[in-house]
Amino acid sequence: MSNELLYLWSDNLTASVSIWFMLIVFVLYLGRQQAHQLFRSTGRAVFSSLRVWGMTLHKLEQKLMKRNREILLNEGARAAEKSIEREFSRVNDLVQRDLSQYPSLHREITETIETIEKDYQNSSDVTPLPPAWGEVVETISNLPNNGDSTVNKILMNIKKAVEDSHQQTLKAYKKAATERHGLLASMQPDWRKLSNKLGSVNEKITGLDERTKAIDSQMANYKAIREETDQAVSSLGSSALTQFFISGLVLIVAALGGLINFQLIAMPMSEMVGGTSYIGDMKTSDIAALVIILVEIAMGLFLLESLRVTHLFPMIGSMDDKMRRRMMIISFTILFILAGIEASLAYMRDLLALDREALQQSLTGIGATNANAEFRWIPSIGQMTMGFILPFALAFIAIPLESFIHSLRTVLGSLAIGMVRALRVIVRMTGGIINHLSKMLVSLYDLIIMLPLSAELIVKKYSGKSSPDDNQNDESTNSYSKNRRGNKEVKALKSSTGKAASDNA
Amino acid sequence: MRILKPLSMIIVIIGLQLLITGCGKSKPNNRAVYFLIDTSGTYTEELNKAQAIMNYLLATLDSGDSIAMARIDSGSFSEKDIIAKANFDARPSTANDQKRLFKHKVDDFVANISRGSANTDITGAVLQAAEFVNEAGAGEKYVLIFSDLEEDLQKGHIRDFPIDLKGINVVALNVTKLRTDNIDPRDYQERLSNWQQRVVQGGGEWRVLNDLERLENLIVMR
Repeated sequence: MSNELLYLWSDNLTASVSIWFMLIVFVLYLGRQQAHQLFRSTGRAVFSSLRVWGMTLHKLEQKLMKRNREILLNEGARAAEKSIEREFSRVNDLVQRDLSQYPSLHREITETIETIEKDYQNSSDVTPLPPAWGEVVETISNLPNNGDSTVNKILMNIKKAVEDSHQQTLKAYKKAATERHGLLASMQPDWRKLSNKLGSVNEKITGLDERTKAIDSQMANYKAIREETDQAVSSLGSSALTQFFISGLVLIVAALGGLINFQLIAMPMSEMVGGTSYIGDMKTSDIAALVIILVEIAMGLFLLESLRVTHLFPMIGSMDDKMRRRMMIISFTILFILAGIEASLAYMRDLLALDREALQQSLTGIGATNANAEFRWIPSIGQMTMGFILPFALAFIAIPLESFIHSLRTVLGSLAIGMVRALRVIVRMTGGIINHLSKMLVSLYDLIIMLPLSAELIVKKYSGKSSPDDNQNDESTNSYSKNRRGNKEVKALKSSTGKAASDNA
Repeated sequence: MRILKPLSMIIVIIGLQLLITGCGKSKPNNRAVYFLIDTSGTYTEELNKAQAIMNYLLATLDSGDSIAMARIDSGSFSEKDIIAKANFDARPSTANDQKRLFKHKVDDFVANISRGSANTDITGAVLQAAEFVNEAGAGEKYVLIFSDLEEDLQKGHIRDFPIDLKGINVVALNVTKLRTDNIDPRDYQERLSNWQQRVVQGGGEWRVLNDLERLENLIVMR
């Protein structure tokens, strides 16, 4: 059929194709205006609709960014509040623990000071120096000796009395000086005591000072969050991302621990619930082992929640202390029992493995070997210990889980923003490309019909007329850009009017 | 709004119930193996190989699986030819005890067999085996034939009819070549193709495993 059409005009292929080409070019020339309009309107329509899509996506992106920012700031503010609260609580503890003893400390210091003062006063009571008996004795000694024995005797007596008196006074003075030295020496431990007390006061005051500095730093951070500064948002965002990766890593480690735990109890569990029944494609015994591990994790969550370490369940957090304590005891008891069950299952696993090993040996004809039988208890104890410890280790999964969930919100928000942004860019690019393609098609169309167009131009040139079609096309080509320019001008006018009005106000 | 909470609970419970009951109807995962050993003529000398295969099967099969071992003699469509059979308990420790007992029975049989049977009724043995594995209701059914596949029926026994082996994997093990096969190997090939035809026509799957070093291909590991 196509061959018949091809050779419709002539048996010569070239001639027939040439005729077909000329016919097509002529038809295309006739429909030039309509074709141009079709290309331009289609391109413009697609471009406009994609532009609208781009704007919608931009709004969505803005909304998401705003929401993400709000979440980040709220989370950050809450964390900062908690941190400040904790710091105040520490300060309170410090004040209660250390400064509550301050009155007694003050009394002790006062008493020590009083003792020192008293001792000082006592030591300051100066014993009068011995009178100048020496001069009297010297004067008496220098008196002229007339040979009168009576006078001599009197003088000698006087001299002796004076000397005795001098000796006594000197003795009393020395004694008083020794006492004063003793008092001053007894002041030394009091001084040391006073120094120690003042040192401890200094330490406490320094501790408080450090806490207040930490509070100042936290308050500055909190203030920045409350003021919604970009720096605070950026810091919170990077912090959330870090938290996400760290908690994710810890969760992976915990998952591996859970896997080990599962391997430890899955086989002996088939001894309890049977190894033949299936739920879906999974053995019931495997599901039972998995359930035990999940229950342990749940109990760990409840335990840490009731200890107020995590805050995943507001209901538990808002319970009164008595109820919370009960819940804590119950969840710990269940966790302990499950850990005991796991330890026994781990032991059973060891027994089953031994039994299976013995069977395999008898089937292969090797016979049971007693090699290293005396050390068989080591892996048994190891498995039992692992079975007991792993549930408690898994219980702590609640902490990274909470961190992961909190940071996941922010990370998902950021991912959504990134995706919307990428989509917006793609939409805008596609719109631009389609618009450009429509223009290219117009030119390509003219390129195909360039012969009649050139002929038309030559005719016009000689006749001195211009085709109304061209004007129309030119107008239609320029109308869009004019409209856009006009819109921009109106917008600029509006904004300038608004600014002027605000200036006037 | 108050009614929504209990309603959602009921929906969840019904969903779980449907899930559990739906899961309960899934295809069984257990395996049933019927091991036939030829005791005719000089094939009794090959019994140690059969013992090794049986040990491999015992090591491979697990809780919930079924196994039986029977001899092929002059009239094999009979329960009397079953040497040992066991449905392994759900508890692994009990299953291990069953395996030990099974091995003990097989060892006893191998030790006490003195002379081979006069005739070889393979078809009757396969019929008996199909009956056993079908009754076991297993997900995977195997009939293992440890024989040269040369049937030699007693006079009056009728075995030339189609056998129903739908869903059963029939594996011929250690198919030894007879003296006549050496003269004309086409006899051997014809014997194998005849059995293949019978098994496939009966709805079963046919395999030959002569290299006993490749026993891991015998049954699907779990």
